[in-house]
Amino acid sequence: MADLRVNIGKLSLKNPVTTASGTFGYGTEYADFMDIERLGGIFVKGTTLEAREGNPYPRMAETPAGMLNAVGLQNKGAEYFTDAIYPKLKELDTNIIVNVSGSSIDSYVACAEKIAALGKIPAIELNISCPNVKKGGMAFGVSAAGAAEVVRAVRKVYPRTLIVKLSPNVTDITEIAKAAEAEGADSLSLINTLLGMAIDAGKRKPILSTVTGGLSGPCVKPISLRMVWQTYQAVKIPIIGLGGISNWRDAVEFLLAGAAAIQIGTYNFIDPSASLDVIDGINAYCDEYGIKSVSELSGALEI
Amino acid sequence: MKVTENANLHDNYCLLKLRADGALPEMRPGQFVQVWVTHSPAVFLRRPISIHYVDRERNELWLLIQKVGEATRAMAAYSPGDTLNLLLPLGNGFTILSKTSDKRKLLLIGGGVGIAPLLFLGERLQAEGFAPNFLLGARTKDDLLQLEDFQRFGTVYTTTEDGSQGEKGYVTQHSILGKTRFDYLYTCGPKPMMMAVARYAASALIPCEVSLENTMACGIGACLCCVENTTQGHVCVCTEGPVFNIDKLKWLI
Repeated sequence: MADLRVNIGKLSLKNPVTTASGTFGYGTEYADFMDIERLGGIFVKGTTLEAREGNPYPRMAETPAGMLNAVGLQNKGAEYFTDAIYPKLKELDTNIIVNVSGSSIDSYVACAEKIAALGKIPAIELNISCPNVKKGGMAFGVSAAGAAEVVRAVRKVYPRTLIVKLSPNVTDITEIAKAAEAEGADSLSLINTLLGMAIDAGKRKPILSTVTGGLSGPCVKPISLRMVWQTYQAVKIPIIGLGGISNWRDAVEFLLAGAAAIQIGTYNFIDPSASLDVIDGINAYCDEYGIKSVSELSGALEI
Repeated sequence: MKVTENANLHDNYCLLKLRADGALPEMRPGQFVQVWVTHSPAVFLRRPISIHYVDRERNELWLLIQKVGEATRAMAAYSPGDTLNLLLPLGNGFTILSKTSDKRKLLLIGGGVGIAPLLFLGERLQAEGFAPNFLLGARTKDDLLQLEDFQRFGTVYTTTEDGSQGEKGYVTQHSILGKTRFDYLYTCGPKPMMMAVARYAASALIPCEVSLENTMACGIGACLCCVENTTQGHVCVCTEGPVFNIDKLKWLI
């Protein structure tokens, strides 16, 4: 049994396997299928200051080895999370990390402040990369200046571990990564979904109500893996890798490319307990190769 | 679960029977399962399929499947002995009226493969002391499925678009609607058909439940893809539905 513990800023994870925001609800949706407390952490669904209805249906299109979504950050707002969800989650023996989004600097800051008041939430994931909202979201994540501005503002009000979730829809992700690091981000998670679209040829219509949406699933893995590897060489803060991970082998590849921890996202929809198999698989891999601590794997790629 | 039987029904449908190793969980008519189609590389997401029938004596779950795409064709190719990974039971299910309800005349309206959940519903309603009526519509007589099974649980009326069996036309044009005043409607089928039924129900002031089939990914309320716009805003069809009273929907009827 290897030591699977990893640290992300001041955040300690019992293992490097977490579940990605937007794919795991508030965690409790999955409790019928698995022991969610075995996870290193749960990134709960995107939360904004005010409630959002999200985009109209249809919001989803299946693609080869993946899917497009255009949910648009549907959620009941930060107050609902604080009053109705937090009391249920705070007793869980795993890290609950809230994904925070906004449509303006002020709304990011106000939402982060509300979550900062919750003692059992050890970290937030700042979502500057949602491709499915008109205002805010990815708008902040596609330029180094925009990313810097929002990270700087949130850093001032948020004392615990600040993770910034990056968009792959940029020319050079390392520029954005460096800007977030320079403004005090403790960690980076990457990648969010890739902008894509799907068309119904028979109807001559887009399938998604928003025309474009975010692509995720195994089909994006080579891209996310490449971006983790590039970013690992550009920054010193720990990286949480995600994008198409569906088994332990994928997860180990991300660790080798430079990730300190990983998130399972879309694959939770296919196999709700896949994340637990990933934990067991990583452990078996470590045992097989005589690795005492999983942290030794981070960036251990040999080129 | 293990496949015990997979029977082709005409060219376009199959009836898949599955047996669990342990006892099947409690299931309600209108609920659905998420099938993991592992044998087809073109299929990524699970497929939601409504529960057609539960045979408690044989510990079997029946799924009625129309072959419309890669996934359903892959399901039609399963053979006895194959093992399938299913999430079940999912969703809310139809309202089972109480034995003492004054609503006695129940009509279950199905179109095409949308008749699937109505067999299980009919059985449960009959067990509760009702004498359910089925109004089943299809394009041709070859698309009218499982009629003998439906007849075990109630009176069956049929329509076909080409007039090859039952009355010619759509379900909402069937003469029984003019002759009998029903107290409660349940419907499942193509959306235009369900909207026509909902329109009829609303104009005749008859309570009506519809079963929606919005495209979904997870089936457990996590991804928020399958939402329907309701009087309570966007809600997940997979957890708040798939069955909705038409009063809750924002359909323009």
